[in-house]
Amino acid sequence: MATTITMPQLGETVTEGTVAQWLKKIGDSVEKYEAFVEVSTDKVNAEVPSPVTGVIRELIVKEGETVATGAPIAIIDEVSASTTPGPNGSASPSEQVAAQGAVDTGAQRPAQGDAIDTVGAAAASNGSSAGSNGNGPGGVRVSPAVRRLAREHQIDVSRVRGSGDHGRITANDIIAAANAGPSAGVAATITADNPEYVAKTAPANAPAAPGRSTYDSARPGDLIPLTQARKIIAQRMVESKHTAPHAWTMVEVDVTNVWKWRAREKDAFEKTHGVKLTLLPFFIRAAVESLAAFPLMNASYTDEGIRVHREVNVGLAIAADGNLIVPVIRGADQLTVKGLALAAGALIDKARRGKLGADDLAGGTFTVNNTGANGSILSAPILVPGQTGIVTTEAVVKRPVVRDDDAIAIRSMMNVCLSLDHRVVDGAVASGFLFDLKKRLEAMGPGGSL
Amino acid sequence: MTATAQQTGATVMTNVEAVRSTLHDALVRDDRVLIMGEDVGARGNVFLITKGFLEEFGPERIIDTPLAEASIVGVAIGMAMEGLRPIAEIQFADFIYPAFNQIVGEAAKTRYRSNGDYTCPMVIRTPYGGGVRGALSHSVSIEALFYHVPGLTILAPSTPADIKGLLNAAIECPDPVLFLEHKKTYRSVKGEVPAGYYTIPIGKADVKKAGTHVTVVSYGYNLHQALDAANRLEGEGISIEVIDLRSIRPMDKTTILASVRKTRKLLIIHEDNKFGGIGAEISAMVAEEALFDLDAPIRRLCGPDVPAMGYALTLEEEFMTSTEQMVDAMRDLAKF
Amino acid sequence: MAKTTTAQGQVLDRAGLSGEQLVAMLRNMLLQRQLDNRGFQLNRQGKIPFALGSEGHEAVQAGAAMAFARGRDVLVPYYRDLGLALGVGMTPFEILSSLFARDTDRNGGRQFPNHYTNKDLGVASISSIIAGHCTHAVGIAAAFKYRRESGRAVISPTGEGATSQGEWHESVNYAAVHELPIVFLVENNEWAISTPQSMQMRVANVADKAAGYGIPGVVCDGFSPIATYRAMNEALERARAGRGPSIVEAKCYRYLSHSTDDDDRTYRSRDDIEAHRKLDPVPRFEAALIDAGVLDAAGAKALRQDVLRETNEATDAAEAQAYPTPQSLYTNVVAGDYRPWQEFDS
Repeated sequence: MATTITMPQLGETVTEGTVAQWLKKIGDSVEKYEAFVEVSTDKVNAEVPSPVTGVIRELIVKEGETVATGAPIAIIDEVSASTTPGPNGSASPSEQVAAQGAVDTGAQRPAQGDAIDTVGAAAASNGSSAGSNGNGPGGVRVSPAVRRLAREHQIDVSRVRGSGDHGRITANDIIAAANAGPSAGVAATITADNPEYVAKTAPANAPAAPGRSTYDSARPGDLIPLTQARKIIAQRMVESKHTAPHAWTMVEVDVTNVWKWRAREKDAFEKTHGVKLTLLPFFIRAAVESLAAFPLMNASYTDEGIRVHREVNVGLAIAADGNLIVPVIRGADQLTVKGLALAAGALIDKARRGKLGADDLAGGTFTVNNTGANGSILSAPILVPGQTGIVTTEAVVKRPVVRDDDAIAIRSMMNVCLSLDHRVVDGAVASGFLFDLKKRLEAMGPGGSL
Repeated sequence: MTATAQQTGATVMTNVEAVRSTLHDALVRDDRVLIMGEDVGARGNVFLITKGFLEEFGPERIIDTPLAEASIVGVAIGMAMEGLRPIAEIQFADFIYPAFNQIVGEAAKTRYRSNGDYTCPMVIRTPYGGGVRGALSHSVSIEALFYHVPGLTILAPSTPADIKGLLNAAIECPDPVLFLEHKKTYRSVKGEVPAGYYTIPIGKADVKKAGTHVTVVSYGYNLHQALDAANRLEGEGISIEVIDLRSIRPMDKTTILASVRKTRKLLIIHEDNKFGGIGAEISAMVAEEALFDLDAPIRRLCGPDVPAMGYALTLEEEFMTSTEQMVDAMRDLAKF
Repeated sequence: MAKTTTAQGQVLDRAGLSGEQLVAMLRNMLLQRQLDNRGFQLNRQGKIPFALGSEGHEAVQAGAAMAFARGRDVLVPYYRDLGLALGVGMTPFEILSSLFARDTDRNGGRQFPNHYTNKDLGVASISSIIAGHCTHAVGIAAAFKYRRESGRAVISPTGEGATSQGEWHESVNYAAVHELPIVFLVENNEWAISTPQSMQMRVANVADKAAGYGIPGVVCDGFSPIATYRAMNEALERARAGRGPSIVEAKCYRYLSHSTDDDDRTYRSRDDIEAHRKLDPVPRFEAALIDAGVLDAAGAKALRQDVLRETNEATDAAEAQAYPTPQSLYTNVVAGDYRPWQEFDS
């Protein structure tokens, strides 16, 4: 068996060696541990003992030649060993190391920590610019927490006004904006300036401001500081009024029968489902049917064209803690009256408890505003930016009504008002939609299926 | 091990009394325990921590050593290798440098280099820190020089109850422990100490004050200033959470991360120099683990990059972080 | 004291040692030299990265080891104490496991060769930092004294270069002040790598330094195992009897380069080595035992063959062992799981 002899590593830091002198010639026999070559390096000169007993077959490197450690320098034909056979014929220690390394690399090392995506890395370089307030020239610079929260809640940070030092957008600003709803133009972010709300929705991070007048406790002579919520409400109201030319129309609807239907079902419904059955789900059901008939009412005006939405997502404008928020019933056209009642009930309950999440607030395509709850019989709502219509349900009042047969009857009557984006639809479509809605609502009555 | 149930009553003590009484109880409890160092015998230690011990326990257990720090630690290592539980004292932390090799090269590696054949269960106690007109060589903080070293445990409790629980844990620990006692808190800090034997888990921080707006991590004398500062800010409606690190190596990731994830803002305060200090490691860990929870750059209030605080009061005060500076930093971060 | 007249008419002072003990010392010396040699051979074959020889120290270590009380005394060796390690009970297989850095090495393949540990035999683990371990030796002696374990002592060997270290001084001083049961054995081989004794100290003998500590200091012939045994035995008996520490300086020579990484041709003359070769303790002691009739020539040859066989077998057996697993890198940092960042269930 032939054994290839390699240049040994003579010293910890040595990488090459020079064959100073061959102590054996080709054909010479050599004993195991007998010196057969003298090697010099920059650290030592040493005689190298043979690892095997045998006959020199080949001297690969000339005297005076320098080769890297591990390079072959000679071949010895091994003579059947008289001593105890060692593992020399198998892999050398260094080969064993290499093999072991190949198997072991990576998998058996302790985890090196989770990878961080490149977005994160970018955020790190932005967000941790020490000592700065985080808002640099040339764009909105946000902290990693804000970046993450904005992504999670699908909030466009360029549209959020910051409450931190020098107007920096804080993590709380994003949470508040998310709670207010990204598509809810009439709504706004709720900030730490409203401590009660913050306590219910998120960790109260921002300092409270004791001693200040608040929106809820306005007194004559006060100058109430603008809360973030109020600023955003203002901003979006102006935006809507300035971009969408509002037109307005109204119908009066005879809700006597649907009212009766509701009265007949409401106790059982509440008992079964734990939710009050109001007129609202009946109204929304009628509205989504009308939207199906008049798809332009469920559309957005964009520079590219009028985008007619596939989904019918109905926003419900409700008041919570002095601010208006607009949770959305997604896929409202897919729900029955009962489904709408449950969905609306859940959203309203969440809003009251301050538990609305980003998903609850996003994606509205049409809005219903129950202004009648406060006794109003007529109102002119402002559109949610990006939507074509918003309808109100005014107070239900009993009135004497002259019927088709000229008889006078006492009926439960409700005004329904519509504001529309005149860029998208004209009066004919809007009126057609509203009249269709009226007819559908009036057709509802006892005996129908919830 | 958590605090055990034997806590039937509590006594109010200063930090120095807590060290003394815990050492005393350890000597009574375990005859493997002995105390060695400069002037620990007849003098009873320069802070009088071991006063009376020589009379009570004898010169075999209360050993006045030659004035040579390397051998104080080195001889203690040998004792520990042979099964005793020596408590070696370095009179001032500033004097620990001659023993650096023994601590870093020997004690910390005894278990590792022998693959567990020999171990080194010993405690090195030393008073550290400034604010006591200790000048260049009686004021330094040394923890950053050692916390880089695997195999060492470093504790720096700041209240009497924590001192007792952690000094007991240190004596129980089967590996070498560097036990740091801030001089300025020796007699200025008082607190209740539960009766009976108990230990506090090594590596566990303690939330000394809960809050919501900013997380402050500190230890030592600074911790007490930070608590003062946090309490002052309550009046401004600013809520600060103050974490007492207590254990510097290992450190408590869970408590720090939970707090930072809540407040999203982190201020680290330590007296040791800022560059390469404990705060740097905490900052790196938080950046690695909780970057996307941060709503503000991490801030550090630390000793300046000079060799030590000077003897003159002006120089000492310039070096030490004031409570007012802490108030300002906390407020700025809260408002950020 | 038994004395044996040699064939040349010289008197062999046996220092009370039996023929069996004398032969055991010779075997130890032969084994030490064979294993030393094997370390260099394996390095030159490229099989191990490093080796460090104790050639020239055989007599010192065979003698000192003979004075060591197994089961009672503790040895805190330095890195050139192969013969002492063997003499107190370590095996060639252990030594070769360390040279090959296999997982059968008691250090788990972590330490450089010649940094032994074997707590069962009383061999303490050391670092490579010169004289750092002398303080530990003192601490172990202090523990013996504290527990009133009379009859136990510590051997703390170093080279002469180590006596320049502050920690050697602190150790001797501490042991002297506290009258601890320890012997500081100085194996003076004249060279600390390339630095001669004259560049380490002003005194002619390390033992002269003992006066400064108020303890006995003796010089003995480190080329004679019997002379070293006698000096060490007296010093250890003194220590075990509670009469305090002493310094024993054994004058010897380092025949090889400091290590496989060193080339002594750069700093000392061949003549110097040749002159000392004439004093080579191994053939001299073998001849002395034959002359004294303790051993015959055939017995000596058989001894040498047996040592070679044992070395070869141990070499092959150790080489066939597995390397430590990569995961073992992370164990025994401290007791239990090692994590500088602690995580708790919150």
